Amino acid sequence: MLLAEGLRHGFGAVRALDDVSFGLQPGQTLAVFGPNGAGKTTLLKVLAGLIRPQRGRAQVDGGRRAIGWIGHQPQLYGQLTVRENLRFWASLYDVPESEFLLRKDSLLVRLGLQDHEHRRVSELSRGLVQRAAIARALIHDPRVLLLDEPFTGLDRMAAEELRELLSEDAAEGRASVLVTHNVDEGAELATHIAFMRAGRFAHFAPRAGRGPQQVSEDYRNAIA
Amino acid sequence: MRLPKLLRHAWTVASKDLLVEFRSRTAILSVAVFVVLVFVVFQFGHDPTAVSNVDLAPSILWVTFTFAAILAMNRAFQLELENQALDGLLLAPIERSSIYLGKLIANLVFVATIEVISVPLFSLFFNVPVLPYLLPLIALIALATVGFVAVGTLFSAMTVRTRFAELLLPVLLLPFMILPQWWAVVATGQLFASRPLSEILGWLNMLAVYDIVFVTLALLLFPATVNE
Amino acid sequence: MRMLRVGRWITAIALLLLVGVYVRALVFTPVERMQGLAQKIYYLHVPAAIWTETAMVLVGIASVFYLFLKDPRLDRFAAASAEVGVVFAAVVLTTGPIWGKPIWGTWWSWDARLTSMLFLFLLYVGYLLLRSAVADPATRARYAAVLGICGMGLVPFIHFSVYLFRTLHPMPIILKPSAPSMPGSMVATALFSVGVFTLLYVGFVVQRYALSYLREQLEAAGEVGHA
Repeated sequence: MLLAEGLRHGFGAVRALDDVSFGLQPGQTLAVFGPNGAGKTTLLKVLAGLIRPQRGRAQVDGGRRAIGWIGHQPQLYGQLTVRENLRFWASLYDVPESEFLLRKDSLLVRLGLQDHEHRRVSELSRGLVQRAAIARALIHDPRVLLLDEPFTGLDRMAAEELRELLSEDAAEGRASVLVTHNVDEGAELATHIAFMRAGRFAHFAPRAGRGPQQVSEDYRNAIA
Repeated sequence: MRLPKLLRHAWTVASKDLLVEFRSRTAILSVAVFVVLVFVVFQFGHDPTAVSNVDLAPSILWVTFTFAAILAMNRAFQLELENQALDGLLLAPIERSSIYLGKLIANLVFVATIEVISVPLFSLFFNVPVLPYLLPLIALIALATVGFVAVGTLFSAMTVRTRFAELLLPVLLLPFMILPQWWAVVATGQLFASRPLSEILGWLNMLAVYDIVFVTLALLLFPATVNE
Repeated sequence: MRMLRVGRWITAIALLLLVGVYVRALVFTPVERMQGLAQKIYYLHVPAAIWTETAMVLVGIASVFYLFLKDPRLDRFAAASAEVGVVFAAVVLTTGPIWGKPIWGTWWSWDARLTSMLFLFLLYVGYLLLRSAVADPATRARYAAVLGICGMGLVPFIHFSVYLFRTLHPMPIILKPSAPSMPGSMVATALFSVGVFTLLYVGFVVQRYALSYLREQLEAAGEVGHA
């Protein structure tokens, strides 16, 4: 579903990515932990096709159409309503009207946004904006989800809902790559764990039932 | 054929931009104020016996249009930056050209609106008859506008992320803007002086060639401004 | 650095030759009938004009290749060419009025050719400003290349403007369809000065290129910050 081979990227002395390779099957979730500057966001951008790596290649089945991105940028237009925003992004992904309506309604209900559908995004509270951002990412039913520190700034409830959503999606066959510097947040969702430092994977393995505590320890051992 | 999709996505981007502008109304208000200001200043600032309104006409009109255009162009990509949506646009399965075309269309619609309002207003306040020359005048204005807005839209994609964004765009755009406007102004002057149409045609041709060259260049070069 | 030294030598030779041009121009070349002594500026003004336009075209070509090949050497060359081009444009813009004052009676006129040289100067200034406004070298090179190509695209339009206007400016007397209408010795001096300016261009560009390469090395080693 998702394949990365020998990714290398960087200018001069700074190597953002240094020979990263891995593959993901549908339903699998890879959590990538690492300190800031390890190259995690660059990795996601290369997977998304936003950056062309200097060497190696990344491939996602279905191309850009199949990718959804959840990051700290909501990517919503303040002057437009929630619904108008969703419609805009859905159009860019060529989602047919009927499909759009169905999915929109289900997503809005899931995320607790039904009452805010026709409100302008600029009027919404931060928590609601973040939920709307999640809806935006999912409106075109992406098969692959790329998440860049998605839990940052989310309130407790929203974080819980996002976790629920992600595990449901995995059950439905979505593949995800979740990038974060906070081990507690992503450990339970992952089927595979990777620790990233200075552009390399210092560790990559299935989680195999290890809990967040153990993963934290592994992380400290690997990175320290 | 990929073309209809390209245009469809471009129109999606353009209509989104126009909707946002319509809701916020900031740009249009600034331009409206500016137009009134320009008209008033020029009206009271010149001696009608020394310089006729007809001679002033091209200058007044083009100063107005330029201001409107620069305002629009500055805002076009600023909008994406503010809402941090540019990455989203780049991630979507659309051609980069659609983004450019969409922005271009939105900018042109905005400037065209200003032009459509300004010309009759100008004709009214300055007592300059415009109707006899309407068609060639529209052609001149349209062609010159497309020329520099095409280049400006391209440049604004770059300047929006630099330090002095709003200042840098007009500076970069200056030579690309002055040239087509210069031709348009001379031609407009000739038009109002009732020169034969064949002379005006020469200018129209130049402007058309300019437009074709630079819209093509902009379409080809736009991906380089957003791809890393 | 060797390149820098080579560049300096070339420039020095060119400047010496430039003096030679003027010796020739003032002593061995006839005084032009209608314009008098002021016409002698031609030998500075015209080659500078030729080279500033050529420099812009070269910036454009280097930019095109850069976008395909992504070779930083091309970007360095474009930057060097632009810096030299802007200086030559300034030369044209100053020698123009100096030439014009005694003949037209005015320092500046919005004549087509002088105005178009002003445009070219503005193009260069814009290009250099854009370069200085972008910190990241890769982005800077990309943006500069885009602007450089547009600038190159503008040059023919600027050129044509001359022929669309009946102007005060002397019409081209060498580069035109019929035979040059200047006496032989003047043509010779003119060609000589074009050659000298070619050498000047090469010398300056080589120096500028070398300096910029040195600077990049220092920046990479952390010695110098980006200006």
